[in-house]
Amino acid sequence: MDARRESEPTPMKNRTTVERKSERELVVTRTFNGPARVVFEAWTKPELFRRWWVPKSMGMSLLSCEMDVRVGGKYRLEFEPDAVAFFGTYLEVTPHSRLAWTNEEGGEGGPVTTVTFEEKGGKTLLVVHELHSSKEALDAAGTGAADAMVETFAQLDELLLTLGASV
Amino acid sequence: MWCILNRMVQYTAGRLDASFSALSDVTRRGVLEQLGRGDASITDLANKFHMTLTGMKKHVGVLEQAGLITTEKVGRVRTCKPGLRRLDEEAAWIERYRQLWDARFDELDKVVEELKRKEKVDGRKKRE
Repeated sequence: MDARRESEPTPMKNRTTVERKSERELVVTRTFNGPARVVFEAWTKPELFRRWWVPKSMGMSLLSCEMDVRVGGKYRLEFEPDAVAFFGTYLEVTPHSRLAWTNEEGGEGGPVTTVTFEEKGGKTLLVVHELHSSKEALDAAGTGAADAMVETFAQLDELLLTLGASV
Repeated sequence: MWCILNRMVQYTAGRLDASFSALSDVTRRGVLEQLGRGDASITDLANKFHMTLTGMKKHVGVLEQAGLITTEKVGRVRTCKPGLRRLDEEAAWIERYRQLWDARFDELDKVVEELKRKEKVDGRKKRE
């Protein structure tokens, strides 16, 4: 699978890497110019999350975004048009360093997403790890999100820039 | 997160498929233009485009499925109106494609400039 993809060619910019670690695992990494506390907030506060998550080129927008960020808490994202919904339960919540949640919109046995935030010299290395129930499930998910991921992370960069002054 | 984005990408791709395929027919494009000038019933449209009612119903169904028009039945008349989709994503797709060509031609400009400069220098050398 050609899932390993690197984005922006200029060395100044932070790169998004996507790699299939095993038959059932996919890992995405990206560094952000900001402390882990701020990056974590951008992932867990709905009012911040909705400002960067949806790639602008998709022509979709978040209709609603609910996040009860605690172990056992639920999240639900609903998109316009057609009210496409994504939802699941938080399995792990460690402020500023680790999040894990289930993806239940496809029924039982959906993938589990773990996101870690590792701060180093004022920057944060973000690692998104997704574990699928089977090789077939990950194969079926495809790699269509690679470009979208680059776009959405660039939007998070912008948000972090604007937050820079206030946090 | 990856899986959500993937689903969203698949979903948007599906919508592009639907709209481009809806636009791939001269009658359906005509219907869209017609509705831009005002709402019309399926019967009106069938007459306008010299088609059977059944044929026009099919076209209207395709356009409605793609979100390009909406229909509303009042009594025995089904009225068609333009949908709320402005084809922004479709236009953006075409624009990205166009930019690829722009970038390519910009590169071609550079090559042509370089060749011209080289020819000038070579010409001068020959004369010397």
